[in-house]
Amino acid sequence: MDISKKQYDEMVKKASPNSPILLDCVKAFLIGGAICCFGQLLFYIFNKSGMSMDESRTLVSVALVVITAILTGIGVFDKIAKHAGAGTIVPITGFANSVVSPALEFKSEGFIMGTGANIFKIAGPVILYGTTAASVYGLIYFIVEKVMGK
Amino acid sequence: MSGRIIDFKTKPSVICWSSVVGKKEGEGPLGKVFDMIIEDDRCGLDTWEKAESHLQKVALGLILDKSGRKAEDIDGIFAGDLINQCTGSAFGIRDLGIPYIGIYGACSTSVLTLISAAEFVDSGKMKLAISSTSSHFCSAEKQFRFPLEYGGQRPPSAQWTVTGAGAALISSKDEKACPKIEKAIFGKMIDLGVTDANNMGAAMAPAAADTIASFLKETQTTPEHYDLILTGDLGKIGSQLLYQLLEKEYSIDIKEKHNDTGLMMYYVDKQDVHSGGSGCGCCGSIMCSKIMNELSEGKLHKVLVVATGALLSAVSPFQGESIPGIAHGILLTDGR
Repeated sequence: MDISKKQYDEMVKKASPNSPILLDCVKAFLIGGAICCFGQLLFYIFNKSGMSMDESRTLVSVALVVITAILTGIGVFDKIAKHAGAGTIVPITGFANSVVSPALEFKSEGFIMGTGANIFKIAGPVILYGTTAASVYGLIYFIVEKVMGK
Repeated sequence: MSGRIIDFKTKPSVICWSSVVGKKEGEGPLGKVFDMIIEDDRCGLDTWEKAESHLQKVALGLILDKSGRKAEDIDGIFAGDLINQCTGSAFGIRDLGIPYIGIYGACSTSVLTLISAAEFVDSGKMKLAISSTSSHFCSAEKQFRFPLEYGGQRPPSAQWTVTGAGAALISSKDEKACPKIEKAIFGKMIDLGVTDANNMGAAMAPAAADTIASFLKETQTTPEHYDLILTGDLGKIGSQLLYQLLEKEYSIDIKEKHNDTGLMMYYVDKQDVHSGGSGCGCCGSIMCSKIMNELSEGKLHKVLVVATGALLSAVSPFQGESIPGIAHGILLTDGR
């Protein structure tokens, strides 16, 4: 075959349709936005029923994680996420799903070597680099604050 | 042997064939031609891997039932699947007590096992041999991609792994109205640098083009000599690329005679399978149902089946490896 890798790459790019980015963005915006509004609603409910601001915020996260875990368990979440894309991945729902789904999938290899070893298979990089970035950022913030002498 | 073509002198007969598929495949356009549709993705078992083994076990049970043969009558079974170390096949076959030859060729396994079985029968080393392949959407997703319930988006170029199995019984005895295996060609690995594991069709199309062009050249035939040139499974994108490559590189036009099992298995747009079906069970189950049926009924006379495989592992794309494609071809005729 005489065709070069570069030529073929161009052919492949031409033949492979792109994801419908505009539609994906609209769907992500609407569903992601709806999740955030729902979170805000939960916040008001918790806050009105006597919780402090901090407690209410924590409870909103906990509630969204629990709801996502249940929806993942009954096989509904991935059907919503298929359309929502970033709309379900970016809020805490995406994190919850990325922990629950491998936990369920690898249950067949047992609780230790299966669920235990694989539960952070997808979320692992986020946890590792998220906490690292937070630490670095915190350190910079700390130094700047010292230097500025506030 | 002249060139790459393997000429089977005795033209082994495919005396029996069986196919088992999952629910989604049963709802596709070919739903009625399969021997059995298993509605439960887990087949009532506790893991996806066991479910896949079960598919193959059922397909083999059907072969023995339909042909009236006992396991002891079978000299060997050539089988493969997509699960690591071919355990899908091994565990499905282990209770049958038939000599087992595990074969891996990714999605090209269906034809690879058939060629191997045919060769052993043709050479007289075996009288009855079975070729069998399976794939399962859930076990493949788990091994190669993400957990089933993970909420990700698939790109338009992705293909849907077929849940299904197909098996064929090959005999040295000439039986009437049975499809015959006349010729075969082993594929060369061709790697044009595709690294996107979500675009297997593109990775495999060059190998399919090479195998088809070599087969036609060495047998001195043109696409018009065949009723069907069937690839499995390039999907929408891979098929387009195959046409382009064949036209550009070899001046061959197969459009009129070509179909792809990845496009036949599902209502591609309605069933949300993006570029089409894939997996050893896709070509395996269609070849061991519709194609063999139509050959034995005389609706088809000469079919060149070219099964294509993407030889990647679950880790190789992350190590920066590109995906070598391979395509094995087999010529099936109605023997009339």
